[in-house]
Amino acid sequence: MMDKISTEKSVFAFFKLLTWGVVSVVAVLLLFIFSKGLPVLTLDFLTSPPENGMLGGGISIAILGTLMVMGLTIVFAIPLGIGSAIFLAEYTDKVDPRIIRMVRLAINNLAGVPSIVYGLLGLGLFVLFLNLRFSVLSASLTLSFLTLPVIIAASEESLRNVPGAYREASLALGATRWETVRNVVLPSALPGIMTACILGLSRASGETAPLLMTGAAYYLPRFSGNIFRQFMALSTHIFFMSTQSPNPDITRPIQYGTIVVLLIIVLTMNMTAILVRSYYRRKHR
Amino acid sequence: MIRDTRYRVPVNPFEEYEFENTEEKIEFDDFHLWYGDNHVLKDIDLEIRENMITAFMGPSGCGKSSLLRAINRMNDLIPECRYKGEIEIDDVDINDPETDVYELRKKVGMVFQKPNPFPMSIYDNVAYGPRIHSMGQRSALDDIVERSLSEAALWDEVYDRLDDSAMSLSGGQQQRLCIARALAVEPEIILLDEPCSALDPIATMKIEGLMRRLEEKYTVILVTHNLQQAARVSDMTAFMYLGEIIEFDRTRNIFENPREELTENYITGKFG
Repeated sequence: MMDKISTEKSVFAFFKLLTWGVVSVVAVLLLFIFSKGLPVLTLDFLTSPPENGMLGGGISIAILGTLMVMGLTIVFAIPLGIGSAIFLAEYTDKVDPRIIRMVRLAINNLAGVPSIVYGLLGLGLFVLFLNLRFSVLSASLTLSFLTLPVIIAASEESLRNVPGAYREASLALGATRWETVRNVVLPSALPGIMTACILGLSRASGETAPLLMTGAAYYLPRFSGNIFRQFMALSTHIFFMSTQSPNPDITRPIQYGTIVVLLIIVLTMNMTAILVRSYYRRKHR
Repeated sequence: MIRDTRYRVPVNPFEEYEFENTEEKIEFDDFHLWYGDNHVLKDIDLEIRENMITAFMGPSGCGKSSLLRAINRMNDLIPECRYKGEIEIDDVDINDPETDVYELRKKVGMVFQKPNPFPMSIYDNVAYGPRIHSMGQRSALDDIVERSLSEAALWDEVYDRLDDSAMSLSGGQQQRLCIARALAVEPEIILLDEPCSALDPIATMKIEGLMRRLEEKYTVILVTHNLQQAARVSDMTAFMYLGEIIEFDRTRNIFENPREELTENYITGKFG
């Protein structure tokens, strides 16, 4: 029979093993990708369009396309998401709680809906019904819908974590509810909201399926800069290069290079989220 | 220990005393309040006078905080709360639908149980109310901040670090900052909801001293379940039990010569 101390030790060792197992898988993966991809990253690769019938050249058009789609997604998703979160967290006491509970349930479930379903929604609603066609606009609206549940849920959480005592103090001074939200609640919740937005958007920036269905092109000779036109994106470029290319072996360096660029964008956003959080945490304590 | 009040006499309904240069400020008339089905305040009739400290005292759950919060209508924030009856401030019914609740709360300042400064600078905390009510630009705001902090006996401790976070202050300083913040919008009535219950004895002493200075200019209402505090600082005391005012009288009478048995039992520590 094992005594308590050795049980404790073996349980601890087991969890430690699990943790390091996960970490090392990720580390190996990143190491592999970066070792293959970093050598490809030259200024030329980042700034030139595809050449030789997509067998050579760079990924400038895909980089610009991803940045443009994400930029437009930010414009749609952040105001809508924060606005909804403010309503749900601050203004619902006069609404039937059952309705609010249903809205919240819907939002939490929407966060778990597979992205391909959002792609279908975008195809049906934006591309066909609203006749926005395959375009940056359709794709951005679709990605906004995809990130909204995440942004709303996390922002609401962050607003709810603001102590009720702040609201009381502000209202007792004769402030209206909006003045209270704007001057006290939002500033306190801002680090959490910003973190939520950045993480939501960084997840969206790697999405592939919704873009395929709403406007990503296999090849464009130049970057149009027009939100009503099709675009190339990093995530779809990786997909096309590895599955649709006439010769996937020749394009392998391009695939690794594109993955590295996408990863750098995503990791930078996540790092920014962490820095924002720790900056505000230090500032407020 | 018990303070000799300037006012020889308590207010209605104890008319055997004469009133000396005090004016009526707040009057409750047949006021009732419910949280859902819970009848929290029953038939409250009470007159509160200017420039004195009135204490609401009683065991937990007696309704003293709810009564205090009725005066600036903070109970409105609780969805299941209903009330009926009149509360008049300067002869105007504050429960009238026409009442501007934001103006009311500007006129009736409040300080809470736990110090709750905003996570901003000391200056911004005090300037918060005046900015909301557009009471002046920079230099005027500077004056308001200095006046309010001085009135709250905090100016000398913070004048050289107004831009520091309010969170860097001690608990007692934070509570005085909250008092300064309430004073900054030039209220006429100050509601204090157990303002010392989260503070140590030294900080409590400072706040109590401050209350006595505030009564010269403001109508001060203090909720406390601390008997000694009510005895030390208040002029009038209302003893409440299960949502009713059992006895309302000059503080000295309440403590030395209560007329109700319930009051006496509470004062002498038989319950509470």
